[in-house]
Amino acid sequence: MSKLLIKNGRVIDPSQGLDRTTNLLIEDGRIAGYDVSPNGQDVVIDAAGKLVAPGLIDMHVHLREPGREEDETIATGTASALAGGFTSIACIPNTEPPIDTQATVEFIRHQAALADNCNVYVVACVSKNREGKELAELGQLVEAGAVAFSDDGSPVYDPELMRRAFEYCLMFDKPILNHAEVRELTRGGVMHEGLASLILGLPGMPAAAEDVMTSRDVTLAEATGGRIHIMHVSTSGSIEIIRRAKRRNVRVTTEVCPHHFTLTDECLRSFDSNYKMSPPLRGKRDVEACIAGLVDGTIDVICTDHAPHALEKKMRELDQAPFGILGLETALGLVVTQLIEPGHLTWPQAIEKMTINPAKVLGIPKGTLAAGADADVTIVDPNSEWTVDPGEFRSKSRNTPFGGYRLRGRAETVIVGGKVKVRRE
Amino acid sequence: MSIETSEIGGIPAVWTRRHLLGLEDLSAEELNCILDSAATFKEATAGCKQKLPVLTGRTCANLFFEPSTRTRTSFSLAARRLGADTVDFSASGSSLSKGETFIDTAKNIEAMGVDFVVVRHHTPGTPHLLAQNLDCSVLNAGDGPHEHPTQGLLDIMTIREHRGELAGLTVALVGDIAHSRTARSNIWGLKKLGAQVIVCGPSTLVSPRWQELGVEVSYSLDEILPRCDVLNLLRIQFERQSTRPFPSVREYAHLYAMNRDRMQRAKDDILILAPGPINRGVEITPDVADGPHSVILHQVTNGLAIRMAVLWLVSGAGG
Repeated sequence: MSKLLIKNGRVIDPSQGLDRTTNLLIEDGRIAGYDVSPNGQDVVIDAAGKLVAPGLIDMHVHLREPGREEDETIATGTASALAGGFTSIACIPNTEPPIDTQATVEFIRHQAALADNCNVYVVACVSKNREGKELAELGQLVEAGAVAFSDDGSPVYDPELMRRAFEYCLMFDKPILNHAEVRELTRGGVMHEGLASLILGLPGMPAAAEDVMTSRDVTLAEATGGRIHIMHVSTSGSIEIIRRAKRRNVRVTTEVCPHHFTLTDECLRSFDSNYKMSPPLRGKRDVEACIAGLVDGTIDVICTDHAPHALEKKMRELDQAPFGILGLETALGLVVTQLIEPGHLTWPQAIEKMTINPAKVLGIPKGTLAAGADADVTIVDPNSEWTVDPGEFRSKSRNTPFGGYRLRGRAETVIVGGKVKVRRE
Repeated sequence: MSIETSEIGGIPAVWTRRHLLGLEDLSAEELNCILDSAATFKEATAGCKQKLPVLTGRTCANLFFEPSTRTRTSFSLAARRLGADTVDFSASGSSLSKGETFIDTAKNIEAMGVDFVVVRHHTPGTPHLLAQNLDCSVLNAGDGPHEHPTQGLLDIMTIREHRGELAGLTVALVGDIAHSRTARSNIWGLKKLGAQVIVCGPSTLVSPRWQELGVEVSYSLDEILPRCDVLNLLRIQFERQSTRPFPSVREYAHLYAMNRDRMQRAKDDILILAPGPINRGVEITPDVADGPHSVILHQVTNGLAIRMAVLWLVSGAGG
């Protein structure tokens, strides 16, 4: 019987509406109780002045393995997650081969177990080979452990296939995670279509391309009763569509990435490919809409869309460089610096969007410090000021636009299943 | 035949840049410095015909990743008129077709002892990427639809030669504004020197957002024509368009071609510029292109003068 006590921390667990300073006992990998006094436990962590939260969850991570191990592996990606304070992640199936069979799901889970870093949940493909033509064997993928379905990287394009996917998933109560983009409107696009793209002469990706697809997805979810989760929302239009759909009780949820509530398309004036991602950095009004959506609850989840790319791939002409940036190791600091410090979100609100809310979307028994739950805990030093140094990342890649940023707030201790995985003094 | 280099004097103190990447970042003083230097070079070389060996021993590499006749030849000639050696590099037949990255290619060329890299590329920002990665001077000879600073400068020089001051003139850029680097460089340069700028063309190629930069937006050439001192007629860049932005060339020519009929409704002293290559019968009819108001060939000569001036100016900055 191993016992670990976290004492004197401010425990914030939105799943129980808990926010008070207390001692938290972990026993044999599970949350054992509160208000326990130090009394011969094997390990005692003093969390005075620190925040004790359920282990953070990132439901949108590209681990790249299998197929693109030069960018990231399951081992390095999960190490990167731990360094950023995440105890559970969901990996997105646009690997090579894509995760569209039981065997691939099992491979991911096996590699994750070998790496023994954080928990890895598998999002599997909606369609066979991510081709958007016919449904993957969703039932068997659920049996293998898939928690949701997505063809991310690409949208599920054919509305008939999307409708069938919604209907079929009713049997398993699994959500479809869609990348909302009408490709005809973004063809050749490198950045958001706006004044900056006009000046730079770079092909634009209009906000309408996201909004039209969001609208379609919401409409089909409403018509079928299916569950849609709009991935990495970035436009004021899409957020408003989702806000209205929620009022009608459509089963829709959504997520936002830190870069979309932090940066604008003006950043592309540097021509730095670390500002190139899809959806692209939008205008100031969209950034404000992302923050407003977080504040009023329209946006349920903060995720990273962690998208590693090896250095040589990003050091290309802007149209040749791939879309995407790293996220795992800067997300918490950006949430604190951009959302909590300016007063947009309270700590419990922010933690809710990084713990119990993604757990609910994925239907996984995580994101809570309720007695009996798996002891996944992230202890945050809310006052730690640090400078982002990509050279220190645990990720295999370095493609971040946030190098050199001064951030506040960092995961100090990360515990997975009762085991201390990260201890930053 | 060459002449004394002492006629040129030293590089003006206002010029401190090592690269010429675009006109957006240049001040009016820097623009005038280039224009004045170009006028001096033009005069000192008898209209860009003679040598003035101020860059003897230097080497200029032309890295052209997109087709070009005029600009490439003009940069080469300008470098040679100044006594520099030139080397041409094109994407086809190079290591690029063997999979080498563009930056590696450029670094290899620089390692051969090159002082200037003149780059044309279909992707905006590529010269900026090179400038960050190379120690030599980088001159932008056109980066996609972004900027073409020497074209903007030679257009402005040509207007200045015919009209003196830019301030108070109304200059219309007509045609495919969306895909035109010439338009963008002209807009920055003309605005900074005090001209009124109108962008005119089909609404699918002329964003209303140009107004946010203090540029007038018009969809009717006939409406703006009587007010214009200068027309710069831009080519429709079919090669950059994924979908056709207007129904037919016939309809485009009907609405926007500068022809004899429209010339009669223009100011008596209107100047007609075209950056070339021109599509006779599309944006301009032959009688206008070859007529008395056309300064198209002056532009070409001035291109040499501008390129001599910028090569000389950047050669003195930052080593």
